Amino acid sequence: MSIEKFKKLVSRVVPLPIENVDTDQIIPARFLKAVERKGFGDNLFRDWRYKKDGKPNEDFVLNNPLYSGEILVAGKNFGSGSSREHAAWAVYDAGFRVVVSSFFADIFKSNVLNNGLLPVQVPDNFLSEIFSTVESDPTSLFEVDLESQTVRNLKTGSSVQFEINSYKKECLLNGYDDIDFLISLKDKIVSFEQA
Amino acid sequence: MEAKTLFDKIWDGHVVSQVKDGPDVLYIDRHFIHEVTSPVAFLGLEKRGMKVFRPQNTIATPDHNVPTINQHLPIKEELSRFQVETLRLNCAKNDIQLYSLDHQYHGIVHIIGPELGITQPGMTIVCGDSHTSTHGAFGSIAFGIGTSEVEMVFASQCILQPKPKKMRINVEGKLLDSVTAKDIALYVIAQISSSGGTGHFIEFSGSAIRSLTMEGRMTLCNMSIECGARGGMIAPDEVTFDYIKGREYAPKGEEWETKLAQWQQLKSDENAVFDVEFTFDAADIEPMITYGTNPGMGMGVNGTIPTGENLVGSDRITFGKALDYMGFKPGEKIKGKKVDYVFIGSCTNGRIEDFRLFANFVKGKKKADHVTAWIVPGSKKVEKQIREEGLVEIFEAAGFALRQPGCSACLAMNDDKIPEGKYSVSTSNRNFEGRQGPGARTMLASPLMAAAAAIAGVVADPREI
Repeated sequence: MSIEKFKKLVSRVVPLPIENVDTDQIIPARFLKAVERKGFGDNLFRDWRYKKDGKPNEDFVLNNPLYSGEILVAGKNFGSGSSREHAAWAVYDAGFRVVVSSFFADIFKSNVLNNGLLPVQVPDNFLSEIFSTVESDPTSLFEVDLESQTVRNLKTGSSVQFEINSYKKECLLNGYDDIDFLISLKDKIVSFEQA
Repeated sequence: MEAKTLFDKIWDGHVVSQVKDGPDVLYIDRHFIHEVTSPVAFLGLEKRGMKVFRPQNTIATPDHNVPTINQHLPIKEELSRFQVETLRLNCAKNDIQLYSLDHQYHGIVHIIGPELGITQPGMTIVCGDSHTSTHGAFGSIAFGIGTSEVEMVFASQCILQPKPKKMRINVEGKLLDSVTAKDIALYVIAQISSSGGTGHFIEFSGSAIRSLTMEGRMTLCNMSIECGARGGMIAPDEVTFDYIKGREYAPKGEEWETKLAQWQQLKSDENAVFDVEFTFDAADIEPMITYGTNPGMGMGVNGTIPTGENLVGSDRITFGKALDYMGFKPGEKIKGKKVDYVFIGSCTNGRIEDFRLFANFVKGKKKADHVTAWIVPGSKKVEKQIREEGLVEIFEAAGFALRQPGCSACLAMNDDKIPEGKYSVSTSNRNFEGRQGPGARTMLASPLMAAAAAIAGVVADPREI
């Protein structure tokens, strides 16, 4: 088993300048009833993205043809609340490979990493710069390079480094899966139980 | 010897292996599962041709999707029914103990674990549910995980986890009249914000915490995720041991004595260092209520909604969006606001003590006519106790009906949805947009505040009724 590899990405971004976006907004609980991992992308940000009558809400960024790309950029404390991995699946299935924010909730961060989606935590001022760059030109490109742990605003040339623990970095670069790793430790686990 | 926190002691004692520059391989003593976050993990396991490694340490119950009336009938909604049925099949295939809807021990996963004595001090406990932090009330390390991690535990009884930082929150002094554990939780979150605990594991201590019952401690630890913390814990003491003793899965006889001696050692060393420490005065805590769309947007019931004047940029946008959603204006009083729905229940406030508190308040009073109230016990055992203690008669005389156990209107995965635009005073844990149903407006509070709102029909101070 493996996750999709991630090395480097150059893309436009989809800006969501809202803070504390919780997992109930990313995917509301009523869409958690599937027993397989499919179809969650359609319900990403469901109640912001669609009106009550089911028609797309044209004011919401995902429905705005000006914006596209594989990088989602959101305000601080993204992914707070529930542990539902469906939130990570929804973001991934909607075509994103990177989520940028100045702050991520813990469980959401582990969940995205376990699904080949890269969380990139940047300083507040860099985040604000991304928002203003995209506001003035939605076609602006950004580069995310996992090897050098750098995110670059190709419009302004400014860049910052982001943190990721070296184990998770290795997993993403190579598509390794945590579960395979844990299974390989079976003997150690059994001796721990017997100690 | 280096002084250690309680958290360090338990964590370090469960590390099977360390990944260089990476997470720890942490052994898990108890794994609780429910119908929503387990099916994809079971599928993953099946694809690997594996079965659950330690089924005897895994306990299952369907709670998120279940109806809270007519539980003897098949679940009407097809997707919910299928998810609950999938849990049953997966448990049968993997020899996992399932407390299904018709079982006398059925209930919300974080209610039944403690009440059956499965949750014990010093354990590591996980569940694909963020409110797993509840179990920390017993002096265990308990935290919510995602479905990939559920699969890790299925496959290996271990999880890969970076060790969080440590935070201590002391609440000292005597709590005011009508102030409960829920108010402490909402107060602390309002002080440190809904992300103030991120990256940390909290130990709650201080005289006000010690004075809490186990039910109260569970409510507090349950809410620790709402400040972003991985979990919260309280060192076990006589209150803890008295609660566990004699429960179904509690150690018995000689084993009890051995365990008790171990549990009595479970505390932070005197000089243990925490990465962050806060101290609050219990006397500053009023009965609390939230006015916004995250649990950090809370205040005393007599307070006024902040103006948000000092906020800038996306902070200001977010604050304005929250008040718009709630239909509130900056600077308004919250007391006196009309309430349409009241919900008593959930893993936060669905224990017997919560219903006693509620019953004690509504006894001899009448529910406001326009208020719809859902009284939902956390488990079959709680329901039974409510009946045995004669609380049902009190509820009925005051115009309230008792429902059957489940997560219910906390996250509205079943039919218990608050209609769009309606106001709910809820004893649950999240006031996020749409949490209790699309467009629902949630104000989080204690069972006592909920009781006052149900009687007055508006947000009210229980001390004034």
